[in-house]
Amino acid sequence: MCLGRSPAISRSVTRLPPYLTHWFDDQGWRIHPHQHAMLEAAQAQSGLLIAPTGGGKTMAGFLPTLAELGRKPTPGLHTLYVSPLKALAADIKRNLRRPVEEIGLDIRIEDRTGDTSYTQKRRQRADPPHILLTTPESLALLLTYEDAPRIFAGVQRVVLDEIHALAESKRGDQLMLALSRLQSLAPDLRRVGLSATVEDPQAIASFLACHPAPTQIIHADPGPEPNIRMLETEEAPPWSGGGGKYAIPAVLEQVRTHDTTLIFHNTRAQAEIFFHHLWLANDAQLPIGIHHGALAKEQRQKVEQAMVDGSLKAIVCTGSLDLGIDWGDVDLVIQIGAPKNVKRLVQRIGRANHRYNAPSKALLVPANRFEIVECKAALDAVRDYDLDGEPKSPGPRDVLCQHILNCAAAGPFEADALYTEIITAGPYHALTRAEFDDCLSYCATGGYALRAYDRYQRLIQRDGRYQLRDPRAAAQIRMNLGTIIDTETLKVRLKARRGPGSGGTPLGEIEEGFAATLSQGDTFLIGGQIVRYEGLNEMTVQVTRSPSDKPRIATFMGTKFATSTQLSDRILRIFQQDSWPDLPAHTAEWLALQRERSKLPEPGRLLIESFPRDGRSNTVIYGFAGRNAMQTLGLLLTQRMEEQGLAPLGFVATDYATLIWGLEPLTDPAPLFDLENLRAGLELWLAGNAVMKRTFRNSAIIAGLIDRMTRGARKSGRQATFSSDILYDTLRKYDPDHLMLAITREEAMKGLVDFGRIEEMARRTQGRIDLIELDRVTPLAAPLFLEAGRVPVKGLAEERLLAEEAARLFEDADLPDKIVTPRRWAVPF
Amino acid sequence: MNFYTFEFAGQTLHALGSGALYWPAEGVLCVSDLHLGKSERVARRSRQLLPPYETRDTLQRLDDVIAATAPRNVICLGDSFDDLEAGQSLPEDERLWLIRLMAGRRWVWIEGNHDPGPLDFGGTHLGSWQRQRLLFRHIAGSGAEAEVSGHYHPKVSLPLRGRMLTRPSFLVSRSRVIMPAFGTYTGGLRSSAPILQQLMGPDAYAIMTGPAPQPVSMPVAG
Repeated sequence: MCLGRSPAISRSVTRLPPYLTHWFDDQGWRIHPHQHAMLEAAQAQSGLLIAPTGGGKTMAGFLPTLAELGRKPTPGLHTLYVSPLKALAADIKRNLRRPVEEIGLDIRIEDRTGDTSYTQKRRQRADPPHILLTTPESLALLLTYEDAPRIFAGVQRVVLDEIHALAESKRGDQLMLALSRLQSLAPDLRRVGLSATVEDPQAIASFLACHPAPTQIIHADPGPEPNIRMLETEEAPPWSGGGGKYAIPAVLEQVRTHDTTLIFHNTRAQAEIFFHHLWLANDAQLPIGIHHGALAKEQRQKVEQAMVDGSLKAIVCTGSLDLGIDWGDVDLVIQIGAPKNVKRLVQRIGRANHRYNAPSKALLVPANRFEIVECKAALDAVRDYDLDGEPKSPGPRDVLCQHILNCAAAGPFEADALYTEIITAGPYHALTRAEFDDCLSYCATGGYALRAYDRYQRLIQRDGRYQLRDPRAAAQIRMNLGTIIDTETLKVRLKARRGPGSGGTPLGEIEEGFAATLSQGDTFLIGGQIVRYEGLNEMTVQVTRSPSDKPRIATFMGTKFATSTQLSDRILRIFQQDSWPDLPAHTAEWLALQRERSKLPEPGRLLIESFPRDGRSNTVIYGFAGRNAMQTLGLLLTQRMEEQGLAPLGFVATDYATLIWGLEPLTDPAPLFDLENLRAGLELWLAGNAVMKRTFRNSAIIAGLIDRMTRGARKSGRQATFSSDILYDTLRKYDPDHLMLAITREEAMKGLVDFGRIEEMARRTQGRIDLIELDRVTPLAAPLFLEAGRVPVKGLAEERLLAEEAARLFEDADLPDKIVTPRRWAVPF
Repeated sequence: MNFYTFEFAGQTLHALGSGALYWPAEGVLCVSDLHLGKSERVARRSRQLLPPYETRDTLQRLDDVIAATAPRNVICLGDSFDDLEAGQSLPEDERLWLIRLMAGRRWVWIEGNHDPGPLDFGGTHLGSWQRQRLLFRHIAGSGAEAEVSGHYHPKVSLPLRGRMLTRPSFLVSRSRVIMPAFGTYTGGLRSSAPILQQLMGPDAYAIMTGPAPQPVSMPVAG
């Protein structure tokens, strides 16, 4: 358990030694008030600094360390620094070493990440530096070694950078569990979190705290208001789509008139398409690069270096540049497509002008007509400083299972002690003993209802302590460590000129599923280049450069964000205005026409439109529950409509509406939206769903049910693999109450299924449904007919498609005549 | 029951949706690569604790297909057990289930690379089994003119309007049938693998298993 430090100690203030003050003066730097505040709070057991981008957060985090270490510190680890990005750790090392070397301090600073050499890592374990810069995974890995108690015995401080980003993912949950372990090894440990501006600092504080002790929060001056507006273009945005291609001339003009511009996109695919068209229109040959998570590391590093050197005018990018090292000279951020989430927008805007106390400049480019309203809502929210975010749910249990296994790798443990330790971690402070015991039992025996692996338990109890049955399992546990699950991707390389091999320039990766749909000669876009698929060689997609007018767009697994609840509410409120003088005329007219023909959706009611078109009945539900929830709603409603004999044919969902088309019109919607009915439908639908299977796979890997697939192992094919889909089906059939299925359900519900937003919609509208029957499509519904991502309603569709396809293939291949028909086969051979 | 009828070496054979092969004229049912006891062997060898239900699932499906075809002969085409120890440590209820299935019919265990050697079960243990011109053995060999084998667990992936459908599949050429694996926890080898291409030759085709087995040309890429 964590106890607050005694008041006597917490009142003592860490002071900056004169040689540090002098050095800062020599640089012409002034210590910011919040950096002083951090020094004053240096003795707090847990402290959180909330500061805008460019506020000198990291230095604020390290000042107490530099002050405490003095000129000639004793050997041993004093401060751990943990950042979500390897690159950040390397960058901080450079920045910290400058004062240390120039003043001549005897402080050793080293980083330790996946890129650190084996020899260096071994040396660090034997003789740790004073300051170790690392990532959550490398820290968790260090803690699995038997000598962890010795390495961490004297550590005083841990600095967690970009904790707002970590808190949103399982990496953060794992990190907080690692800290609970660390705190037991080093009881004097003080934690410091560094966060960008967030909507709920208290939530981050609770995440960081060593429960039940509190966290002290320090707010930095938020800095001046950003200069942010919508980009005006000559051409109006199109009715649908997400690319923002229409704005390219205006964007190029902005790039030309600024030093360095970051052009953010919501998805990798959109970034690729935009970049491609940007270059087609880039007559002035402005140097513009592209950066996203699916590009090869070499490609990304080249772009990053060019940016540091100042040789690029702009970078087309995605969330991959949300965090990371400061690019000094960015003076404009352009967001293409509605931001979906105000908090992320504010953090992105902060990337422009990393000088503290200078206003950031940003432009929003709505990708379609509806997004104009969405961008307007986002601008209002930024102005009102009304940030959004989903409340953080309790720490997931798959991560907890991995933590238990990681602890077992380090050595024997007592269940009671481990439970006491785990509930000091913010995400797990409400974990019940029963929940913990379930996870422990799963780790030990597999947790199966019917037959336990008596002889092959993973953990066995000896003298009241749990330990690995087979000590060799520790290496396997380390191999599987981490919560980032790679999607199954294949590397793409340019085909080498000489010989086959896979030695060509690496370009990036594409999903295995997409690669499987390619045949030789197909072209696709990657890293802004059009390439031609030549073949597959040892799990590498080989391509050549190729000019083509119509390249295909590779699909990427990257996340698609749903519009936040707060932003959706603001849009609904904008709809309630009498007129819209702030909106462009074409958009205001469009909304007025909708009001005249039908109705505009209202916050407390659910609007449903029903009208015929192309011989089909169409139903539009304006649920405003975000893309994922509207997608789920489409699946649930079509399932019910099928039962009612309305013969739905398909649906398409956006952040604000679901359009369903079918043979019969919907006349009595109320029972369909009854929350109990929806919930019952969900149970049924969830079970066999692909979303569940994908979620199961991820959780099964994290919880150590199946081994992580390494690229090398996939290539050699030596590693035994089990189709996670089959494991899921088998568990569901024979052991439906198994822990892994419960975890899968929890994870899917808050992730892609997002049933919470449907419940929220039901609460908000309370059965107040307006069904409007019309004779033709309405202005607000029209763009939905142009939306991509239509989902056919299945039934026996898969078998029918297969039969059709088989017939076609046989026709093409002339197969029946060749070998299949009995006529020919009757001839003996 | 759904099946696809095809001619092989002058005989009419049924490729069943479950991945079993039925030869009506001779009352022969053939299943390959059952890998019974797999989760137990995985726990013993690699410490992974997989859901221990695959043996009963495989037996249930075997039970179903025997009930549907009422065969006079059952040929298990090798790798029936994940290893010899897995065969010996089958839980009592699963062991009795298997013995019940064997009763009243001729049962042939063909040796596989996972289960080389006699097992503590009845039936006939053989390296290969011949009936008329058809030769049944675990691994495809050279020189056969009408051979039915298993071992490779072939699967076929087919793009269907933008998504991939992957299923265990029979591969059929003029002189060879390679059967899909019948066991529940059995991975697959894509039909594009060089060894399968080489064994089957250019004019082979595949029969995808599933609710309605379908013949498709054997994909050479992907």
